[in-house]
Amino acid sequence: MPYIPHTDNDAKYILKAVGAGSIDELLSALPAALRVKGRLDLPGSLSEQELKVLLKDLSSRNVTVGEYSSFLGAGAYNHYIPSIVDSLISRSEFYTSYTPYQPEISQGTLQAIFEYQTLVCQLTSMDVANASLYDGASAVAEAVLMARRITGKDGIILSAALHPEYRETVKTYLVGAGNHISEALYCTDAGTTLPEALERSLSDDTACVVVQHPNFFGSLEDLGSLSEAVHRKKALLIAVITEPVSLGLLKPPGALGCDIVVGENQSFGNPLSYGGPYLGFLATKTEFVRQMPGRLVGQTVDKNGNRAFCLTFSTREQHIRRERATSNICTNHGLCALAASIHMASLGEAGLRKLARLNFSKAEYLKEKLKGIGVPLAFKTQTFNEFTIRLDKDPEPVLKALLKKKIIGGLALNRFYPELKGHILITATEMNSKKEMDAFTDALSGILVPAVAK
Amino acid sequence: MTVNGTKGLLLEEPLIFERSSPGRAGVEPASFDVPEADVEGIIPKDMLRDKIDGFPEVSEIDIARHYTRLSQWNFGVDSGFYPLGSCTMKYNPKINEEAARFAGFSMLHPYEPEELTQGALQLMHELEGYLAEISGMDAVTLQPSAGAHGELCGLLMISAYFKDRGRPRTKIIIPDTAHGTNPASSHLAGFKVVPVKSEGKGVLSLEAIKEVMDEEVAALMLTNPNTLGLFERNIKEISDFVHKKGGFVYCDGANLNALMGIIKLGELGVDVIQFNLHKTFSTPHGGGGPGSGPVGVKKALEPYLPVPRIKKVRAKYSLVFNRPKSIGRLKAFYGNFGIMVRAYSFIRRMGAEGLKKASETAILNANYIKERLRGTFHLPYDEPCMHECVFSDKYQLGSGISTMDIAKRLIDYGFHPPTVYFPLVVHGAIMIEPTETESLETLDKFIEAMKAIAEEAKTSPQLLKDAPTKTKVQRVDETRAAREPVLRWRKG
Repeated sequence: MPYIPHTDNDAKYILKAVGAGSIDELLSALPAALRVKGRLDLPGSLSEQELKVLLKDLSSRNVTVGEYSSFLGAGAYNHYIPSIVDSLISRSEFYTSYTPYQPEISQGTLQAIFEYQTLVCQLTSMDVANASLYDGASAVAEAVLMARRITGKDGIILSAALHPEYRETVKTYLVGAGNHISEALYCTDAGTTLPEALERSLSDDTACVVVQHPNFFGSLEDLGSLSEAVHRKKALLIAVITEPVSLGLLKPPGALGCDIVVGENQSFGNPLSYGGPYLGFLATKTEFVRQMPGRLVGQTVDKNGNRAFCLTFSTREQHIRRERATSNICTNHGLCALAASIHMASLGEAGLRKLARLNFSKAEYLKEKLKGIGVPLAFKTQTFNEFTIRLDKDPEPVLKALLKKKIIGGLALNRFYPELKGHILITATEMNSKKEMDAFTDALSGILVPAVAK
Repeated sequence: MTVNGTKGLLLEEPLIFERSSPGRAGVEPASFDVPEADVEGIIPKDMLRDKIDGFPEVSEIDIARHYTRLSQWNFGVDSGFYPLGSCTMKYNPKINEEAARFAGFSMLHPYEPEELTQGALQLMHELEGYLAEISGMDAVTLQPSAGAHGELCGLLMISAYFKDRGRPRTKIIIPDTAHGTNPASSHLAGFKVVPVKSEGKGVLSLEAIKEVMDEEVAALMLTNPNTLGLFERNIKEISDFVHKKGGFVYCDGANLNALMGIIKLGELGVDVIQFNLHKTFSTPHGGGGPGSGPVGVKKALEPYLPVPRIKKVRAKYSLVFNRPKSIGRLKAFYGNFGIMVRAYSFIRRMGAEGLKKASETAILNANYIKERLRGTFHLPYDEPCMHECVFSDKYQLGSGISTMDIAKRLIDYGFHPPTVYFPLVVHGAIMIEPTETESLETLDKFIEAMKAIAEEAKTSPQLLKDAPTKTKVQRVDETRAAREPVLRWRKG
């Protein structure tokens, strides 16, 4: 049998050693009448070669973002992953180990997490970051629960320009804690959270306000001004970053008065992989560290005084505190964090700044090209690497026509925002060549113009 | 018994930030093929960042050496035997890793139109079916990211079921042997936890459940086999009783590796189960994830599963979002697809017979260790075990040796320690889960090491107190880490 080393003799030897005539004698605690009769209704065993053919075949029934030109983003970004990332995370000392409960033989994982925590702090300009959470959406839910613990208040205000799937996730997580969620409208002109709407929703019971930056429409939020309004009500401002490459260009949330910064670090080193595994991050101020969810690695010494690392502040966690823990999280996304660290280290400061400018420039180029064929931007505010356009018609047939030309032309927003009938969210990264963007604009023009002429 | 750990050249390695040298670069991003945009002219200056203080500036070879050296300070399943109880540290097949990296899987955007992702949807749909068959459940969602995420998912569905009927229930019964995630997830889902003790033989009794089960209880949440490695022999009677009182039975599937092809939890009255693909289905633990925690349910709870669901009509797969009773979603997109590919690959490679063989062998191996170490270490529950067995340090305490010392000494012998001090019901617990992928020779070496350590505990206990000695660092001062927290590097 695959992966099972026992020969028949080994199995017999073991049975004898344990004093059993058959495996069934060891299973006397199981109700015999309810045992599986015969075999499970599953396919039979495949050789590795057969299996590889089957998996190749299944994978070939998908179309990759390499085969088609893709302008999709919306919380999952197609970035170049340097070869060194996969090479190093494929070292099996990293990927076949467990959560580092035994620090003496886990220093590699522990130091790598400590470095990751530091990198997240540097990117966001926050004091402290955890070892990782599942993804950006669940990280927001954890941050909201954390804000409630810190403030002792219940009210949650989510910007309507926060990723719709993140908002759904927060609502799912908070059912048990009695919801108290309201949404602050976005400005249909600027495409950013409407300050008046936020002011209206804020009350003395508000625990936190959650704003994405750049937001779901791609627009940059004015976190600095929002922070003043939020803090006047003694609530916390939670900034959500779904595209951390933007932090190579934009002022970090920590410098803009944010109290908790969470988001999705998939952009660094983790493939699109049809939506997961990705990498939630959470960073905050030192004063809130005891209310953080998830694993934390700290620096200490071993008995000889040498620098060493270990998991710390475990008394916040489920295996110690059980129902009074700050979160139920146990397994997190360690290897994804390692990939992100290696990618960030590969870029370095200059590389990250250049990558951010490159992304920004690509998106600005595409914007101009689209404007040139008469496709207007939906919102006035500046953007990073994604933006929203507005067609005066249903985008569905347009996107379908683009698909025929092997172009995935962005995400129609009406699935999340029924009022945004003709809107498409478009993303351009370093993976989108000028040639590809030109072809996209030409194709779109060809699809739209005859319709206008008629 | 000779100590397995031997010499090996380990190199000191500073933090990546300490290797930094201004102006050095690793892998440069692509060149501009469009005009460089006038950032400062477009974005207001006060929204732009200045220096990223302390961000590393290192060359590619620095990075390669840095992480290679770090990896050498680690111990994984590929390094050696890793009998961490309740974690199912089985071999992680390499074909799984390769398959997850096929471009046709790894380069798919979650918002691609369904017609471009039929292969991915098919894989997911089939995996749901396999997990349903293995567990005896009616429907499966693959969305949760890990075991605890799956627990939350299952408990939220149970909560929604009762709210939907206008009779919300407030409590979850949890045995004292449960993983810490069980009460933590229950609390997060809005429930109060009612603890229940296992009886003398380490399993739950119907009487104990009868005492705490009432119509405020939404579910009994148990683990089967439980964390003592024992099959909950009264589960059917208990489930019937819980059902009679209108409650559900949730089974933490962390220990499913004992049951595949042998018995289906669904046949035993379990209504909800989470699968840990990173345990039972061979996907790697990654030094702390990513895992994947699909959830299986019986018909009654099916309407509450998270969205989206995968639908197959004729040979076409699609995602269904419109499900009014659904609890919603627990994360963005559809789950940890890359991990699903690995689990799918494992199930197809093993096949029906292979999975059964895996469970049987895991049980054999655990019983072998239990028998061979009987007498050397104290067995708090001397019953035939399933896939793991639990000892304690009772016999060693007299020499001033505790479980932690035994665990640390095992490292010098070249083994990863078992799970220690869990389950909480056993004082000084040593929980050993060998899995099916370990050979007789490996088990024998481990047994010999444990016996040698027991002997050392009597004759030269200081060896254990000083252990480990062959690792990069020796015993780590965890108290200091918490008292004087240093949670990040700062520029000196």
